[in-house]
Amino acid sequence: MADTLKPRDEADVVEAVAWALVEEKTLEIVGQGSKRLIGRAAQTDLTLDLSGISGVTLYEPEELILSAKAGTPIAEIERLLADKNQELAFEPMDCGPLLGGETGRGTLGGVIAANLSGPRRPKAGAARDHTLGVHAVSGRAERFKSGGRVVKNVTGYDLSKLVAGSWGTLAVMTDLTVKVLPRAEDVTTVLVLGLDDARANAAMTAAMGSSCDVSGAAHLPARIAAKSAVAALAKAGRGVTALRLEGIPASIAYRRKQLEKLMRPFGRLTALGREDSLRLWRAVRDAAPFADGSLRALWRVSTAATAGATVAGKIVAATGAEVFYDWAGGLVWVEMPTAIAEENAVRAALGGNGHALLIRADASVRASAAAFEPQDDALAALTRRVKESFDPSGILNPGRMWAGV
Amino acid sequence: MVAMPAADEAVLARRAAIVAALRAIVPGEGVIETEAEMRPYESDGLTAYRQLPMVVVLPQTTDEVSKILRYCHREGVKVVPRGAGTSLSGGALPLADGVLLGLAKFNRILEIDYDNRVVVAQPGVTNLGVTHAVEAAGFYYAPDPSSQIACTIGGNVAENSGGVHCLKYGMTSNNVLGVELVLMTGEVVRIGGKHLDCGGYDLLALVCGSEGLLGVVTEVTVRILKKAEGARAALVGFPTSEAAGDCVAKIIAAGIIPSGMEMMDKPAIHASEAYAHAGYPLDVEALLIVELDGPEAEVDSLLARVSAIAKESGSTTLRASTSEEERLRFWAGRKAAFPAVGRISPDYYCMDGTIPRARLPEVLARIRALSQQYDLRVANVFHAGDGNLHPLILYDANKGDELERAEKFGADILRCCVEVGGVLTGEHGVGVEKRDLMPTMFSKEDLDQQQRVKCAFDDKGLLNPGKVFPTLHRCAELGRMHVRAGKLPFPDIPRF
Ligand SMILES: Cc1cc2nc3c(=O)[nH]c(=O)nc-3n(C[C@H](O)[C@H](O)[C@H](O)COP(=O)(O)OP(=O)(O)OC[C@H]3O[C@@H](n4cnc5c(N)ncnc54)[C@H](O)[C@@H]3O)c2cc1C
Repeated sequence: MADTLKPRDEADVVEAVAWALVEEKTLEIVGQGSKRLIGRAAQTDLTLDLSGISGVTLYEPEELILSAKAGTPIAEIERLLADKNQELAFEPMDCGPLLGGETGRGTLGGVIAANLSGPRRPKAGAARDHTLGVHAVSGRAERFKSGGRVVKNVTGYDLSKLVAGSWGTLAVMTDLTVKVLPRAEDVTTVLVLGLDDARANAAMTAAMGSSCDVSGAAHLPARIAAKSAVAALAKAGRGVTALRLEGIPASIAYRRKQLEKLMRPFGRLTALGREDSLRLWRAVRDAAPFADGSLRALWRVSTAATAGATVAGKIVAATGAEVFYDWAGGLVWVEMPTAIAEENAVRAALGGNGHALLIRADASVRASAAAFEPQDDALAALTRRVKESFDPSGILNPGRMWAGV
Repeated sequence: MVAMPAADEAVLARRAAIVAALRAIVPGEGVIETEAEMRPYESDGLTAYRQLPMVVVLPQTTDEVSKILRYCHREGVKVVPRGAGTSLSGGALPLADGVLLGLAKFNRILEIDYDNRVVVAQPGVTNLGVTHAVEAAGFYYAPDPSSQIACTIGGNVAENSGGVHCLKYGMTSNNVLGVELVLMTGEVVRIGGKHLDCGGYDLLALVCGSEGLLGVVTEVTVRILKKAEGARAALVGFPTSEAAGDCVAKIIAAGIIPSGMEMMDKPAIHASEAYAHAGYPLDVEALLIVELDGPEAEVDSLLARVSAIAKESGSTTLRASTSEEERLRFWAGRKAAFPAVGRISPDYYCMDGTIPRARLPEVLARIRALSQQYDLRVANVFHAGDGNLHPLILYDANKGDELERAEKFGADILRCCVEVGGVLTGEHGVGVEKRDLMPTMFSKEDLDQQQRVKCAFDDKGLLNPGKVFPTLHRCAELGRMHVRAGKLPFPDIPRF
């Protein structure tokens, strides 16, 4: 187990990185460590634990912004927002149960650094779209900031959105400002029963292409639906395609009628009320059907929405994996039958039209498999140069995304 | 006026050879070198700045762009990309010793994919061209700059442009899914695509708003949205801009995100009304246009809530559109605000700061004071929903030092925006115009890090130099590390 440094503030982070630079030590950057097991397993000399740099520093509901230190627990932020009927619209995923950890863990810094967004992603944007500003310490041990506390801002390069999704490999974020949004007053889910994956993909395409303003479209094949904590799904005995409607009740009622008219030709319909809807979409967000304590290899595959069923079909045929779909087919969760990652089958099925991330696998697999999507030469070279522009000595999370980056 | 980097005489001396080399890449009329024909390219929307380029080249394919850049990289020749030239910050201002690379011939829509709700377009397609291509099927492209008839989608990406619908639907960067980008070396990289998110670093986030400094965009994939079933707008008049600002805050606090929420002050209202005859009330100090979109039941219900909030905030007039024509008429006045102001003054200078909305009253008061101090009139147009101010400073370039005063006035407004926690530019970009103000917002470390990113894309600093960054540094110098001797953090930092 590597030694851990626990900075108390930004100045400590600068000190720690400066020291590591001179001593040629590498640092693993963690918040609460809830996503530590995702992606490549890399060896570092020390751990830089940011959980001590915590606290909401600014919350202005009327300005739709919140600023907090990087180690602030995401649960604390979500509670604060809920008190004002607001939320992080990108639905940050809770990775805990999937990786054998507790639920409700994670920090704001980790959520943004991983850029893993939930079912509302196609409509509301990703975590990076809600990232307005950051203060960070680069691998050169220099503090810098980017962005600001206003939504509309094109002053200089948007380094905040670049650092979002960089898995701690570019800089150590210390403070963040995010956009927050009002929570929908109500939610309903229309369920279409009995569709196979291809047909479900088509149904979700039709729903998303309508003016019904669908804010979530997921398909759970029969065996996945059977595991649901929501009775209507567990008892369906077949595949369930779920379409979420959010907004004010009068609007939902009207759009539900429209959506049902559109979906009737596809299959039998039923609906979920508010509580069941919340439960279902949380489960979809967290890939709960695959959170059973196993270490079977799990992939998160992003592709064009209409390609979902085809890509998944190829992977299933080659490996016998289990899958379910979010983002109207654009996000496919793939669980392999064993701990073997079957990376070639996944990449081949995707054929470069998207990207796949190894979310879960045992340590030996994570040490050898390419967990992040491989890049062509020009893009890989550009990626390396971008990394070096922040972290020339490669001391921040080296190898976390790709070997040598 | 902001000074541009001095022209490289050695490059100018090689002009004939450079033109010949470009002709070998782009045949026929694609290379323009006579002064008369280059004249239309000498400035963009920031007309106070003018400069003829060394030569203009109008390639038609990615391969040609790649060859041009590779050649210029090898020969050390600067390149300025240009879309439609509507930039208000001088982003497309040519350089005397630079090649102006125009993308006007990249004007085709390559693919419309309704099922995935994306359009793949060449960068020279106009913003409105994307919407026109898909509107028969009930779709549209959401970011809608007022210049949308003319400005290109490539220019929108480079400036990360916004519009009145950005409050609900996001800026360009929230609506672009992929680009093909040619680097200064001629290498072609593809970032993103029809899928969501990047599999690696989010380089799309850098390209959006890069102002032509990181690469030349040769293809753009944008998401399109299905039109809402309906939309209604309300014109709401207030006796003070404070009351209007208060109303905006309360609408958002009530959990309502309108599809547009714009504010105009009295001078802007009067200029617009005289020009567009939209039916604006003339006896108010501030006018809000609030638009709600969605199914009828939703629009009507939210409009009722907005009306109640407006009354509570002290509105004196409120008119809600009852037909699509009326809604469009309400907007026509706002969308024509710039040309309308152009009619009441020989010249105007458009500012673009963003502020935290709550600071609006004090910023407006400050602008009024500055207007007196510089003895120049000002009209305010304001994307109220997201705090983006467009003060239009009225001046006459032919009168004494009015231009100089307008520039100083503008710079003071922007400094004030930064002081209250805002930023220098919300959607128009830094360009030449705000380049030297960057240090009011960013420290040396902040700017150095941005420039290091620039170096990762363009190691010789040949792409659009003189824009965005107040001081040019060599990449080698920026890359050097100055690490002080390591002091162990351990005595202080808790260690486990
Ligand atoms: C009347 C008027 C109203 C306006 N209203 C708005 C508004 O409401 N919202 C708003 O955001 N802006 C507005 N603008 C500003 C302007 O229209 C936008 O910035 C627009 O996106 C510029 O597009 P363009 O094609 O004209 O780009 P240009 O002006 O040609 O270029 C702008 C910048 O982009 C770079 N560039 C252009 N094409 C490419 C490419 N393919 N690859 C790489 N770099 C490229 C150039 O080098 C330059 O730095 C307005 C301008 C005018 C004149």
